[in-house]
Amino acid sequence: MAGTTERPTGFGRLKRKEDPRFIRGQGHYVDDVTLPGMLHGAVLRSPLAHARITSIDTSAAQQHPKVRAVITGKDLEAQGLAWMPTLSADTQAVLATDKVRFQGQEVAFVIADDEYAARDALELIDVDYEPLPVVVDPRTALDAGAPVIRDDKDGKSDNHIFDWEAGSEEECDRVFEDADVTLVTQEIPFQRVHPAPLETCGAVADYDAVTGKLRLWCTTQAPHAHRTLYALVAGLPEHKIQVIAPDIGGGFGNKVPIYPGYVCAIVGSIVTGKPVKWMEDRTENLTSTGFARDYLMRGRIAADRDGKIRALRVDVLADHGAFNATAQPSKYPAGFFHIFTGSYDLEAAYCTVKGVYTNKAPGGVAYRCSFRVTEAAYLVERMVDLLADELEIDPVELRMKNFIKKEQFPYTTRTGWVYDSGDYAATMNEALRIAGYDELRKEQAEKRARGEYMGIGCSFFTETVGAGPKKDMDIAGLGMADGAELRVHPTGKAVLRISVKTQGQGHETTFAQIVAEELGIPPEDVEVVHGDTDQTPFGLGTYGSRSTPVSGAATAMVSRKIRDKARLIASAALEVSPDDLEWERGRWFVKGDPEKGQTIQEAAFAAHGTLTLPEGVEGHLDAEAVYDPPNLTYPCGAYICVVDVDPGTGEVKIRRFIAVDDCGVRINPMIVEGQVHGGLAEGVGIALMQHIAFDDQGNCLSGSFMDYLVPSSMEVPDWELGETVTPSPHHPIGAKGVGESSNVGSPPAVVNAVVDALEPFGVRHVDMPVTPARVWEAIQHGTTRPPQ
Amino acid sequence: MQITITVNGEPRTAEAEPRTLLVHFLRDNLGMKGTHWGCDTSNCGACVVLVDGEPVKSCTMLAAMAEGHEVRTVEGLERDGHLDPVQQGFMEEHGLQCGFCTPGMMLTARALLDSNPNPTDDEIRVAISGQICRCTGYKNIIKSVRWAAEHGEEVTA
Ligand code: FES
Ligand code: FES
Repeated sequence: MAGTTERPTGFGRLKRKEDPRFIRGQGHYVDDVTLPGMLHGAVLRSPLAHARITSIDTSAAQQHPKVRAVITGKDLEAQGLAWMPTLSADTQAVLATDKVRFQGQEVAFVIADDEYAARDALELIDVDYEPLPVVVDPRTALDAGAPVIRDDKDGKSDNHIFDWEAGSEEECDRVFEDADVTLVTQEIPFQRVHPAPLETCGAVADYDAVTGKLRLWCTTQAPHAHRTLYALVAGLPEHKIQVIAPDIGGGFGNKVPIYPGYVCAIVGSIVTGKPVKWMEDRTENLTSTGFARDYLMRGRIAADRDGKIRALRVDVLADHGAFNATAQPSKYPAGFFHIFTGSYDLEAAYCTVKGVYTNKAPGGVAYRCSFRVTEAAYLVERMVDLLADELEIDPVELRMKNFIKKEQFPYTTRTGWVYDSGDYAATMNEALRIAGYDELRKEQAEKRARGEYMGIGCSFFTETVGAGPKKDMDIAGLGMADGAELRVHPTGKAVLRISVKTQGQGHETTFAQIVAEELGIPPEDVEVVHGDTDQTPFGLGTYGSRSTPVSGAATAMVSRKIRDKARLIASAALEVSPDDLEWERGRWFVKGDPEKGQTIQEAAFAAHGTLTLPEGVEGHLDAEAVYDPPNLTYPCGAYICVVDVDPGTGEVKIRRFIAVDDCGVRINPMIVEGQVHGGLAEGVGIALMQHIAFDDQGNCLSGSFMDYLVPSSMEVPDWELGETVTPSPHHPIGAKGVGESSNVGSPPAVVNAVVDALEPFGVRHVDMPVTPARVWEAIQHGTTRPPQ
Repeated sequence: MQITITVNGEPRTAEAEPRTLLVHFLRDNLGMKGTHWGCDTSNCGACVVLVDGEPVKSCTMLAAMAEGHEVRTVEGLERDGHLDPVQQGFMEEHGLQCGFCTPGMMLTARALLDSNPNPTDDEIRVAISGQICRCTGYKNIIKSVRWAAEHGEEVTA
């Protein structure tokens, strides 16, 4: 492994290359794009969750002096564009033609000279709706007589989307019969949440009728996949579509799907012959774009008295909203939920997932996690704590007893995953050491005696990230392999072109570090180009922590190709056989004669110069690689959360949070730690406050930052981090990916801590978000009502 | 109507509707894109600028109301080719990721340090509590402001 024998030049705490522009206010986000003659679009949205559209009158809006065009679903229908495919082989209305199916659904698109005028004109559009009964609670979605939401689909007579299962029911049943203890939970919901990046979604479309070229600046985490989908859907030739993702103000999965607004901006530009900008406002972002989670889970766990966990079963009811628009590999309608066996060595496991339509916004995006892994981690880590309570064993001890052992890797789970590597006990021990676990338990006992409610919660997660092997994984038919291109210019400075796209993760820095590490040139000498489909090789984009596992591997591989080619060039220049050359950081030298050698920079000049190259070696020092990962990577971590609960108000104060992550080799520890901090804050937010709620008419109650609470600096503690490093054996640099781990691992740690604090009240479970009201209710009744 | 505002020490004039918010005036009428916009309810603070030295959410203020006042934006933090220590601090301590909240955070930090050159971590926490960052988990923002407090003189020197 790098780092053991030679000191790397590339890896380490390098300051970010992207910072100088951002700290000067010179970031360039989609809303900063200004083109000559640019017009502005705004979307008219449905006020009702389910209603038939009987008429749309746009005449008054058309009369507005600043309005250039008004587009409705009927107009799009004429072009065959009223519906678009989702990333899950379903369809979604671009602009509604027949019915509206959730509050906030797109109904019409106004294009005007400026944004204020476009929004004024929305109020001049007159839509007649005939209200229909709504389905809000997924538990009633399949009832006989429930209104059929997707009657646009031929022959559809219910709200069922899919049934999916993994593992073996038979084996599970057998172990459940045999085990000493079986524990069955009530429904454990993972509430609907929204990623809410600080920058909302938007696009600027610029169609040139003369050249037939469409340029689209867009808040997308997956520019190449979007380009191909636009080509397939709109029938535009793919080589005439350029998707540019400029600086992105956070994504967290929210910017993976294609939204109706993007398509409207494109159509708007074609219709008006001018560039059209569309930026949604915060309410539109929260009420219409990709939500996450919304799983109702029922768990069943079997164990022996001594604490050996033997089997786990989960049955899930999944609310997918009005259109099945989850973004995940095609074969897996419930994403990677079947990693719900977590970090434990079990005898049997089984899960079922049933997806249903409701009158809510579509989505089901992987919000700062690999597909549905957060739901899975929450479920298993709550179950283990419930079991610990039942068996009266310390929850850390119970975990330790059941961990997959270091020597069991590679480990095949009961649901078919092959975990690459890990040393769970070591990671857990490091967290216990930082936390001072035994001291904390002592402190808790003393406080309890005084009537103070302190809780200590633990979670241990294993993630499956870096999707994924082409043979198993595709999105809309596109295999999940990513390309990288590397050019070393004559003076030894390099340009790396990658398929993935940073939304704040710092790719411009870390990917330069990978090249630097592999070639032994300074990271400052590597320019990273990304986010423009005309400038970069194809690949599926940044989500599911796949940038480092997939594209980072492609970058290492392409660098190694350059290194190999430099060896041939050096052999010609030094007139020795390539076999007589040895590599040291940045340079090939002659074995036994280390003075005689050629640096990468010298090789680059020679490759472009007059040197006669060996037969079969082309000039220049360029290479391309496409990386199809042989397996996913499996980061893990041990988290400990310490809370103080005020029994009078129900307020939960997170006093400490210890996070020990093992993400394999760390390219830039400073950036890794930043990623962990950010994910922890979002995880704490999900555990304590974030919730997209609805009333019984399907009105969204969380349409602004006044109602959809995200953490501020006041709700988060001073994060305490630690690390263990277990390299991934199959990844070229041993890295596993880290951007999302802490969002996966933190919600159960917080909830486990709150439940632990409330133990004296007989509370065994509290649903998220753990608001003061819910905690207070738990104290009064020993339990809480599930969120709606 | 014609609106004239002193921005970063220079009078700037543009034609705008009376209802134009300061954030839009800066971005769209003056073309200064460093000030961002992130919500409809004055909760996020992406739009924070300094008005007469005080942090103000520029989405809560009409541009016309800023007539006769001194507005300072992120573009005005760097002076004579010298970064403000706050800017340097954000780079040193990895206080930004996507950079969208950063201009607002830095301006609030500048105002805090102007009135309290050596704040405690808790004071920094309170100062930025009206602004949302979705990326950093706040810890490194607090460290960045602390860095600026500790290194202020050497950077500006
Ligand atoms: S834009 Fe959110 S507070 Fe001003
Ligand atoms: S750095 Fe992205 S919102 Fe703060």
